Amino acid sequence: MKRTLENIEKQFETFQILNEEGKIINEDAMPDLSDDELKELMHRMVYTRILDQRSIALNRQGRLGFYAPTAGQEGSQLGTQYALEQEDFILPAYRDVPQLIWQGLPLYQAFLFSRGHYHGNQMPEGVHALSPQIIIGAQYTQAAGIALGMKIRGKKNVAITYTGDGGTSQGDFYEGMNFAGAYKAPAIFVVQNNRFAISVPVEKQTAATTLAQKAVAAGIEGIQVDGMDILAVYAATKEARERAINGEGPTLIETLTYRYGPHTMAGDDPTRYRTEDLDNEWEKKDPLVRFRKFLENKGLWSEEEENKVIDQAKKEIKEAIKKADEQPKQKVTDLIKNMYEELPAHLQEQMEEYKAKESK
Amino acid sequence: MAQMTMIQAITDAMRIELKNDENVLVFGEDVGQNGGVFRATEGLQKEFGEERVFDTPLAESAIGGLAFGLAMQGFRPVPEIQFFGFVYEAMDAINGQIARIRYRSGGTQNAPITIRSPFGGGVHTPELHADSLEGLMAQQPGLKVVIPSTPYDAKGLLIASIRDNDPVIFLEHMKLYRSFRGEVPEEEYTIELGKADVKREGSDVTLVAYGAMVHSCLKAAEELEKDGIQAEVIDLRTVMPIDFETVMKSVEKTNRVVVVQEAQRQAGMASHIIAEIQEKAILHLEAPVLRVTAPDTVYAFTQAEEVWLPNYNDIIEKVNKVINF
Repeated sequence: MKRTLENIEKQFETFQILNEEGKIINEDAMPDLSDDELKELMHRMVYTRILDQRSIALNRQGRLGFYAPTAGQEGSQLGTQYALEQEDFILPAYRDVPQLIWQGLPLYQAFLFSRGHYHGNQMPEGVHALSPQIIIGAQYTQAAGIALGMKIRGKKNVAITYTGDGGTSQGDFYEGMNFAGAYKAPAIFVVQNNRFAISVPVEKQTAATTLAQKAVAAGIEGIQVDGMDILAVYAATKEARERAINGEGPTLIETLTYRYGPHTMAGDDPTRYRTEDLDNEWEKKDPLVRFRKFLENKGLWSEEEENKVIDQAKKEIKEAIKKADEQPKQKVTDLIKNMYEELPAHLQEQMEEYKAKESK
Repeated sequence: MAQMTMIQAITDAMRIELKNDENVLVFGEDVGQNGGVFRATEGLQKEFGEERVFDTPLAESAIGGLAFGLAMQGFRPVPEIQFFGFVYEAMDAINGQIARIRYRSGGTQNAPITIRSPFGGGVHTPELHADSLEGLMAQQPGLKVVIPSTPYDAKGLLIASIRDNDPVIFLEHMKLYRSFRGEVPEEEYTIELGKADVKREGSDVTLVAYGAMVHSCLKAAEELEKDGIQAEVIDLRTVMPIDFETVMKSVEKTNRVVVVQEAQRQAGMASHIIAEIQEKAILHLEAPVLRVTAPDTVYAFTQAEEVWLPNYNDIIEKVNKVINF
């Protein structure tokens, strides 16, 4: 028997452009970004880090509901999103609210999603996306469908979807990639490997050395990227996007990343399954720290500029929370209204019942 | 008017909608070149091309996900689940996703998907082919569940389902596919979803059924007539939503009801129908409402199938009970 696994795994080396010291180590792969665009990436990462800190605080004050912290994953989340065009379609997982925000979902709606108000799920005109998927994996098969639809319509766009390391164990993960591969549909499948599916480490999730190699079985391209390096993430996504719209099929991108916080704010305690050493090791790889060094060396970033972003973020978050507070209270009758295009008789009866209750 | 089998009527409905609306896509396992394992999509790929009528890889969950995604791109997908027992593989894709998107998105996104699938007993299939799982789907808010009993109904209901802007589970009883022909107009027509059809009028007892059991009820009604009992047979046609208006009108006339389903007794459509009848019309009833169902086992192994499935004799027995109560 010829052994092939080792040879395959060897081919999945981590793609990196910017090392932990903020030095370019892969000049050839450097994406074509202007100084303003580079600064925009930093702006977004700083803003999103502040948003995460404020969201955690607001959750603790009882002013936000369901929240999955994002700190540590900014390079992975924002680098993939920045490579998209406005007409591309995003299928986020529950932690991927930042991608929606930077694609155009107003902040107050992101807060309403957290609070369990359906207006948070109503994508505004021009934002092509689903609201964050709560179950693990469904978005992978849906992305195949959206991508196939784009292909049939002759659009030069992609469907991009996200899951985590745990998600790669789901049947839907493979099914989605396999369908998209069979149809050569313009899809990008992102696995944000933050090493833990709630508490289960990736080593217990699979015998595979990399998650990117799971692309091989579906017959599609796969790449493992340093997810703490926003330039590498951006470049890999951009290339996957080009290939997709040129009819060369889907790509699986594994980003190596880490969430500093708990799985969600609903009582998860990472000290039960992660060591402080591991936390420290990953915090040294921080996407903001290394990119800040890179920009400072180029003379493109300063403390003053960073503080400006922080102040802007805080101000806009405050305004967004205020706007979320002003949103009319959700009613059961609103929910009933959204079940079918035309209400069947039994729901009309229930509508009357709840109208009466709500008018009391 | 043409004489068609139910499977021909179903193919005809898809052909009409593929022609009418370029957003209609038909796909599933073996539906392309092969025309489907029951030939429901016979000739459609040849007529409309591989972009409109196509094979999928073998994975029901992804067939559901594919339909969902295509709907998000403005298509009107008509996927086939090869046998409805396989739907367990697609439960999240359908009940967790397709059924919920209008609600989840606050009415901004919708899934005009018609999932067609053969089901039903009496044709000696292996396990997980014949199960009556309409109750499972009818329990999911956001779905409509349609089950035709005649070629005429099948065509009109399928066209209406494909044009509906909400997801429809369209269940085709395998025993009815080719067991008889019926008159079917060649032109297009629709039958409103959620409207029952009185398949036979009668004044002494109401039989409520759907799918193949409609025919068992009609046969029972013929036998009962010999004893002077006039049974009214209501074909629900849509089990979600149910046309209770038609049911109640009949109950008020006959004051006696037997509800018939091929599915097992536990937590079935019949229980739901009876609950509504007693809430809305208990004072019209002269006898308890009885059920004819399969027993609460997993679907029968084929050698026990004939006894396991409810038949017209079981219906007659229950009718006599409500008449003589």
